[in-house]
Amino acid sequence: MATVRFTQNIQRHVACPTRDASGSTLRAVLDDYFRENEKARGYVLDEQGRVRQHMVIFIDGELVRDRDGLSDPVAPNSMIDVIQALSGGSTSQ
Amino acid sequence: MSNRCYVATRKGLFTIDRGASKWSVSHAAFVGDNVTLVMHDPRSGDLLAALNHGHFGIKLHRSRDGGETWPEIAVPAYPPMPEGYVPKPHPFTGKAIDWALKLIWGLAPGGPDEPGVVWCGTMPGGLFKSNDSGDSWELNRPLWDHPKRDDWGPNGAEHPGIHSICVDPRDSRHVSIGVSTGGVWITRDGGKSWVQTGGGMRADYFPPEQMHDPNVQDVHCLVQCRDNPEMFWVQHHNGIFRSTDGAASWTEITGVKPSVFGFPVAVHPKNPNIAWFVPSTKDEKRCPTDGRVVVNRTSDGGKSFETLRRGLPQEWAYDLVYRHGLDVDESGDRLAFGSTTGSVWISEDGGDSWQGVSSNLPPVYAVRFAKD
Repeated sequence: MATVRFTQNIQRHVACPTRDASGSTLRAVLDDYFRENEKARGYVLDEQGRVRQHMVIFIDGELVRDRDGLSDPVAPNSMIDVIQALSGGSTSQ
Repeated sequence: MSNRCYVATRKGLFTIDRGASKWSVSHAAFVGDNVTLVMHDPRSGDLLAALNHGHFGIKLHRSRDGGETWPEIAVPAYPPMPEGYVPKPHPFTGKAIDWALKLIWGLAPGGPDEPGVVWCGTMPGGLFKSNDSGDSWELNRPLWDHPKRDDWGPNGAEHPGIHSICVDPRDSRHVSIGVSTGGVWITRDGGKSWVQTGGGMRADYFPPEQMHDPNVQDVHCLVQCRDNPEMFWVQHHNGIFRSTDGAASWTEITGVKPSVFGFPVAVHPKNPNIAWFVPSTKDEKRCPTDGRVVVNRTSDGGKSFETLRRGLPQEWAYDLVYRHGLDVDESGDRLAFGSTTGSVWISEDGGDSWQGVSSNLPPVYAVRFAKD
């Protein structure tokens, strides 16, 4: 099982506790996580299932490359971090 | 007459109430968050607030207790592209439209005979309908799939969008919408089919041969008179236009001082010859002429205009008023507008005089009266 951690900033809108989720690709792991937290899905992915423009995801410290397909491989003990990018803050200025 | 209005700003949603001696802010919600639009539904009392979180996307919230609590509801979502479909790149940008929600730009309750119906205009170029007060949304495919929709152009923002939605008081299936940039579109069958209008409009940002094409018209705001629904007004990128035939054809109103550029327009609900505008100098100089905030009012269908300034700052003021930043109440006597510099003014005499409510709010995106 991989572990999925979320930025603190998302917690104000939707609770996203750190939790283990299973899958061998990022898509599978996130689907598993969001299955029990459907509301959070739309905060991280758009309606086409792509990583939102101003969100970034790391797998074991490496930036995810396939932001549309989420095909990046995930190892059984991987740590996945879902974080807001520095870009995209302009709507809050 | 309305005693309350809602002000959607870049850093929260504020309620403004009429007190014994003046109007003042009485409540704040979503403080720190970017509230891009607010809608009051006179049928149910529901309030809808659209938020743009930037990182986390566009969200919708609904209050059923007058703005005290705001549970999140469904947000309009674009469907997956059909298999094998290749969207057409726009000639301006070379980019195809992304089938993903970028902004909620228009919200309007359906008619009194269709409780629960809410219309939502979006960027990029979508019109969504809810039959359950916002619990679920469906993209209007006849408009989205119309071949001319591919040619809608980007406006000041990156994407074309639908910002104005007018539900005809005589027939809720008759809906007229304003598109930036894509002219005016009308359905008479609840959205099953659409026709484009815009004849008479003029787009100076195109070569002469194309400037009258209805599909390139940059409608900034479209409003319909409640008690005389054949009468429409448009604040357009290139000026002010009026229709007296149900938005079928348009006549340009010229010679308006200090300028004809601006974003919002409001029409008197009873008298279609009375309309208000908040002018800015021009398209590449979007601030009040000579630093003086004014409201332009016509009372004779555009033959003449009065420039109203009593109670408004007349020096060193650079307030811009966005397309949803001006509203008139159901009586036609009370008006409110809010600006990019966080000022809000209210008039109780049809615009003759104005009182400042605040000059310290965040940049204002929308001002909407509570309507009975």
